[in-house]
Amino acid sequence: MGGKIGTEEVQRVAELARLEFTGEELERFTGEFAAILDFFEQLKEPDTSAAEPLFHALSDAEETPFREDEPGGSLEREEALSQAPSTDGEHFKVPKVIE
Amino acid sequence: MNVTELPIEDLCAAVRERELRAAQVAEAFLDAARRREAELHSFLRLEPEEVLADARRVDSVIASGEDPGPLAGLPVAVKDVIVTRGVPTTCGSRILEDYRPPYDATVVQRLKEAGAVVFGKTNCDEFAMGSSTENSAYGPTRNPWDASRVPGGSSGGSAACVAAGQAPIALGTDTGGSIRQPAAFCGVVGFKPTYGRVSRYGLVAFASSLDQIGPLARNVREAALLTRVIAGHDPRDSTSSRQPVENWLDRLDRDLDGLRVGVPKEWTGEGLDPEVRGAVEKASARLEALGCRLEEVSLPSSRYAIATYYIIAPAEASSNLARYDGVRYGPRREGEDLESMYLRTRSEGFGPEVKRRIMLGTYALSAGYYDAYFVKAAKVRRLVLQDFQRVFGTVDLLLGPTTPTPPFRLGEKTADPLAMYLSDVFTVTANLAGLPALSLPAGATEGGLPLGVQLVAPHFREGRLLQAAHGLEQELGS
Repeated sequence: MGGKIGTEEVQRVAELARLEFTGEELERFTGEFAAILDFFEQLKEPDTSAAEPLFHALSDAEETPFREDEPGGSLEREEALSQAPSTDGEHFKVPKVIE
Repeated sequence: MNVTELPIEDLCAAVRERELRAAQVAEAFLDAARRREAELHSFLRLEPEEVLADARRVDSVIASGEDPGPLAGLPVAVKDVIVTRGVPTTCGSRILEDYRPPYDATVVQRLKEAGAVVFGKTNCDEFAMGSSTENSAYGPTRNPWDASRVPGGSSGGSAACVAAGQAPIALGTDTGGSIRQPAAFCGVVGFKPTYGRVSRYGLVAFASSLDQIGPLARNVREAALLTRVIAGHDPRDSTSSRQPVENWLDRLDRDLDGLRVGVPKEWTGEGLDPEVRGAVEKASARLEALGCRLEEVSLPSSRYAIATYYIIAPAEASSNLARYDGVRYGPRREGEDLESMYLRTRSEGFGPEVKRRIMLGTYALSAGYYDAYFVKAAKVRRLVLQDFQRVFGTVDLLLGPTTPTPPFRLGEKTADPLAMYLSDVFTVTANLAGLPALSLPAGATEGGLPLGVQLVAPHFREGRLLQAAHGLEQELGS
């Protein structure tokens, strides 16, 4: 696990997460982040050399249930678009992506 | 007859037999809700017209001679992270302000089919991230027992409204203790079924491998009654289990003679509030009086559970919350290009705790840290599960505290995220291992604040869990 985290590293993570912070917020976040990462250091203690990672608690007990691939109903286009901040009536509209 | 105090089964029978109209029941609870709402703020939305329209629909089904279902006319408050068709679902966040879902969650659909009435949307920490309901973007909920204290969280509104008699029962969600901790803080029953027992379709995702829906109720019997209606496989949630749902109510009154109950020593060690410890000791003694065999057990890896949880849950959250981008729903903050639109929408829409968790999760999943944090936490999660598998070889159930302390004051932990995280220390293990767990009231502090104890059972042993909880509840209540 990494050493003491700095504002530059936190800024890099913010960019990955599509979040932006003011300088003051970034300072505060960095301090909280460092304290939480320190707390995570305890995970170095347990011996996990024989432990398979567990991503889903019932993955051993339950098989993934498959269903028949049968066509069914879905949301009407109008309903799917009804909550969008901007549409042209058929599509979601976003700011220009390609120059 | 005081409608708001009728047991649920009697209430629904009276509606079915036309002794009461569903609309009358709704009116009675709307009155009760109004009396405490200004003080408590249990609800993010409670529109009398929406509630009454649903209730009248139930009444017209009955009038036409059709079967209205087992929960006829029962008002059920729904945590605002569960989608309700046409009724705003905000998740306690500005980023879903005014969002009106175009569909019902499976649990809501099943409740409606059973004749229940959606009784408003309850307040919660933003996206269920928190342990006090102080992270709601719309202001906190207060504890009905002492308004200077938190109701717990994240299902704080659901716990408070049931404790205050504003609603007979409510749905909550539990990712790391968010049903059980507020239940303990508000003196009600909170039940998290086995992971996969209840469909998550229409539950706005926080951490998909941990999230589970369950009830907050006045007693164990009513918790069992509601859960039976919402449980069972759902083709729309591939993680929902195909294990058959038994009729848990049939076995509630069976005796507990010979049941083996383990008390994990890691849950009663130092740091535990003496009055909470007293509640666990009292519950142990009552279970022994009922013929249970109590023994100390050990869950050595549970000491790492908080660190494990606060890597895995934020990692999953950072992925799940990537969908809030100002394109398909929620308010948009315009920018000069797509990238700046994303940045402004997300930065203005999310509150500080949600941002903190997205950041933590993004960091734990990022190149160079994925193995050190996320994979390592997943391996420790395996150890946590193996501890439970080992102890459930020798005991049938576990008993311990739900929370390390009685309810704390508003503002007491908001400045220190880690101190807030530690209030989940006894609840997160059941989520990491996917186990069913239930918190029930176990007396009060000298100052009159509620105390709770927790029972945990092996996967899919809800019947055994509810039976023991019901037996213990009768003993503690007498």
